[in-house]
Parts: sequence; C-alpha cells; structure tokens
Amino acid sequence: MIQINNISKSFAGRSVLKDVSFTFQTGKVNIIIGGSGSGKTVLIRSMVGLNEVDSGEVLYDGRNFYELNFNGKKEIRKEIGMLFQGGALFDSKTVEENVVFPLSMFTDLSESEKRDRANFCLQRVNLLNANHLFPSELSGGMKKRVAIARAIAVEPKYLFCDEPNSGLDPKTSIVIDNLIKEITEEYGITTIVITHDMNSVIEIGDHILFIYEGAKWWEGNKKEILKTDNKEIQDFVYATKFMKDLRTKF
Amino acid sequence: MNVFFHFGRYFILIRRAFGKPEKFSVYRNRIFEEMNILGIGSLGIVAIISVFIGAVITIQSAFNFENPLVPIYAVGVAVRDSMILEFSPAIISLILAGKIGSSIASEIGTMRITEQIDALEIMGINSASYLIQPKIVACVVFSPVLVIFSMFLGIFGGYVFGVMTGVVTNYEYIYGITYNFRPYNVVYALIKSGVFAFIIASVPAYHGYYTSGGSLEVGRSSTKGVVYSSVLILTFDLILTQLLLA
Ligand SMILES: Nc1ncnc2c1ncn2[C@@H]1O[C@H](COP(=O)(O)OP(=O)(O)OP(=O)(O)O)[C@@H](O)[C@H]1O
Ligand SMILES: [Mg+2]
Repeated sequence: MIQINNISKSFAGRSVLKDVSFTFQTGKVNIIIGGSGSGKTVLIRSMVGLNEVDSGEVLYDGRNFYELNFNGKKEIRKEIGMLFQGGALFDSKTVEENVVFPLSMFTDLSESEKRDRANFCLQRVNLLNANHLFPSELSGGMKKRVAIARAIAVEPKYLFCDEPNSGLDPKTSIVIDNLIKEITEEYGITTIVITHDMNSVIEIGDHILFIYEGAKWWEGNKKEILKTDNKEIQDFVYATKFMKDLRTKF
Repeated sequence: MNVFFHFGRYFILIRRAFGKPEKFSVYRNRIFEEMNILGIGSLGIVAIISVFIGAVITIQSAFNFENPLVPIYAVGVAVRDSMILEFSPAIISLILAGKIGSSIASEIGTMRITEQIDALEIMGINSASYLIQPKIVACVVFSPVLVIFSMFLGIFGGYVFGVMTGVVTNYEYIYGITYNFRPYNVVYALIKSGVFAFIIASVPAYHGYYTSGGSLEVGRSSTKGVVYSSVLILTFDLILTQLLLA
C-alpha cells in the first residue's frame, strides 16, 4: 500500500500539484487519469523522489520516503519497477541487456538464469526475436514493451507505469493490460498505471484517481466512473460522440 | 555566487560518485569498458600528434641553434625536455579534453534528458557512481600509459625526422636526449597528467549530469565541459609547475 498525503508541487511559482492525497491499494491496479498536462507524470515522479515536492509525504507500507536518507531511499527504490513515459531504455545496451541489467545489479543469478528470466519477461510482453537489437532499432511500441519487461524483471513490490499502452495497437494494448493485471494480482503488487485509454480504465481499473489541473477531483472504481455526474469526468470519459451515445443507452 | 554554486555541486557529485559500488563485478567491467573507449580509443590521435610535434620541435630548434656556440646535441635536449615537461602531460591533456570531454558530457547529458539516469536511480542504483566513477578511474589509471607513450613517440619522431632531414646526426641526437637527464621530470609529468585526467573526466561529467532541457542543452553542456576543463588544466598546470619544479 502506498499512501500519499497532501502533496503539493510547483515549478517556478506555477502550481502543478495541489494538495493531493490518495491511497494506492496492494494487489490492485490503481489508475491515474486526467487531461494532458494535468500533473500525472509529475505526481508519480514526485512519489519516487525524482522531483522534490514543496510539501506532503509518501508512505510505502508505512515507511515515510521523504524522511529517509539517500541509502534508505535506495532500499525502497530497489522494490520499485518503473516504466517511464518515454521508455528510458539504455541506448548503449541491447534489448536483452536492458532487461538483464537490473538482474545483474541486484541478484546473484548465473548468466544463463538471468537470460532465461529476461526471455521470460520479453515473452510476456509479446516481444520475440528482438533480443539483440538496440533501442534505436525499435519502434515506439517495442521500446515501451522492453521497458515494461525491464520493470517487471526484478519482481517489484511496487510497479509504476506511465502510459504503458500509448503507441501500441489495440491488440498488444490488451496483452499489456492483461499482463499488468495478472502480475499485480499474482504477486500482490501495488500497481499504479497512468493512462488516457478508457478501454484500459474499464478493463483493469480497480481503483481510479482523477486529476484535474493538479488537484484530486474524484476517486472511485470503474463502475462508478461510468455513472458519475461529475462534469469534468464526463467530459473526459465521454469525450467522443460515440461514447456519449453509449451513455444515453445505459 | 555562481562559481561557488558550481564548486559546491561539483564536489557533492564527486563525493557521491565515489560512494560504495552496488556490485563490485559490474563496476570492474565498467572500468575496463571505459578504459577501452577513453584510453585505447585515444592512442591513435595521441600517436599522430606526438610524432609530428617531436619532428617539428627538432626542425625548429635546429633552425634556431645555428649559432656555433650552441652544440647541435642541444636539439635532442630541447625535444626531450619540451616533450616530457609540457607537451606530453599538458598539451595532450588539452587535446584529450576536447576529444574525451565532449563525448563524456554529451553521453551523460543525453542519458539525463532521456530519463536514463532517472531509470538508474529508480532501480536503486547510485547513478553518479555507476556512470562517473568508472570514467574517472579509467582516465586516471590510463593517463600514465598515454603520457609515456606520447613522450616516446615524440622523441622518436624527432629522431626520425631530424636524422632523415640531416639537421642532426644519429649520435648527437642520442647524446642530447640522454644528456643530464632528470628522471624526476618524468615523475612531475605523471603527477600533472594524473590531475589533468581527473579534470578531463570529472568536469565534463558534471556538466553532462546536470543538463536539463533538450538536445540543444546537451550541446551546450558539452561545450561547457570542454571549455571549463581546458581552463582548469591550464590553471593547474601553472600551480603544479610552481609547486613541483620551482
Ligand atoms: N521539469 C519541469 N519544469 C517545469 N514544468 C514542468 C516540469 N515537468 C512538468 N512540468 C509542468 O507540469 C505540468 C504537468 O506535467 P505532467 O508531465 O505531469 O503532465 P501529464 O499529466 O503527465 O500529461 P501527459 O498526459 O501529457 O503526459 C505541465 O504543465 C508541465 O508543463
Ligand atoms: Mg505524462
């Protein structure tokens, strides 16, 4: 369980996060949605300490992250798998080396065990026969999938995914969504997914946080989000005419 | 104020870079990797420049020593001392500051803006020590190799061109380069180049590490890394010469 309390953050006087509090539940897929530029990426970067916040606290199963020193933070970070919005693959390493890398750093597995684990993860994101390519030789969606494989390689306790299926075709999208849901439930991970994709929200969203202009606007589950009368959410969920028509049919 | 800010941040980064490695074997491999890229990869340019400069010093000093009072073996002395005292440690370092410095700053800068450094941090890896420490160690450990290599090739280049063009004889040149030889000068050169190697690796790494923005800023960091490391090399050249030779 990750609890955030009253997080505020501004860049050069411009307020980006406003007093956000939320509880991300263990073994559930917690989804953050909100318009572009609403502060979703800044929120999860702040939660792992990549941005300094102005105020607030983050508790990882009770451990107050901001109060820890450098080494204490490192220990929690070892339990985190993170998918960056841009992938952030190491471009001097091949696909396989990227996935093997965290294993080399933190486990004592033999070379062949590491390779097996990497291949297992790559297989789960539906990426075969790309082991020896470099990131510059991959498509956008392939990069995303390698990054997911790398994030889950070390069996994290906390998984952060910033738009895991942007840039993927609908079929691969569903594979990734299902993978995230499966491993979350199988290993009891606290998973946080940022997405714009309403399909994903409806498919895997156990617990949803809606951010509007940097503030928590709404929280609930996937059934509630379809029925809420909140105007900003309706604008977000039923952005297309197709969806609006669907709603009138309910 | 700005200067103090940069000094402070630089020293904090270097201290973090020398924190305890997460895993020794990975670091050992990283050091060999960097030695290969930064050290072995520089042998070619160092060789070419050293041979030519040795040859040029020979011809220039022979031209200037046409006075009958100056013995012709002074050419050998001149080549030896200019190579050992200044050219191989300092000028080669300046050239490497351009070659190695810009590649270090742009590599680390690109990793910063594409969030690769963030990715390392999130894995629980000390990104400063993972990225920067092996570069510094590789440069400092490899610098004596480059300097001695450059000294030999410079003196050798002077010999070949001097004898070939007939400005100095075989015997006089050899006599000159052994005349009143002070081994301490080589020690002085090695100390200097060790310090310069540290600057060449750490200053551009610092500028790369604190890049923010996009590709434009990566280019800017790379330029800054080269300029500041060159200025620091010249400053330390003066300081160390005063301390060690005067
Ligand atoms: N390093 C930074 N410096 C200044 N402003 C920033 C920085 N990072 C983000 N911002 C600002 O914070 C706001 C929120 O950005 P954020 O990246 O969190 O958006 P987002 O909700 O993830 O959007 P998207 O869905 O498009 O990814 C934006 O207005 C952005 O301009
Ligand atoms: Mg974002």
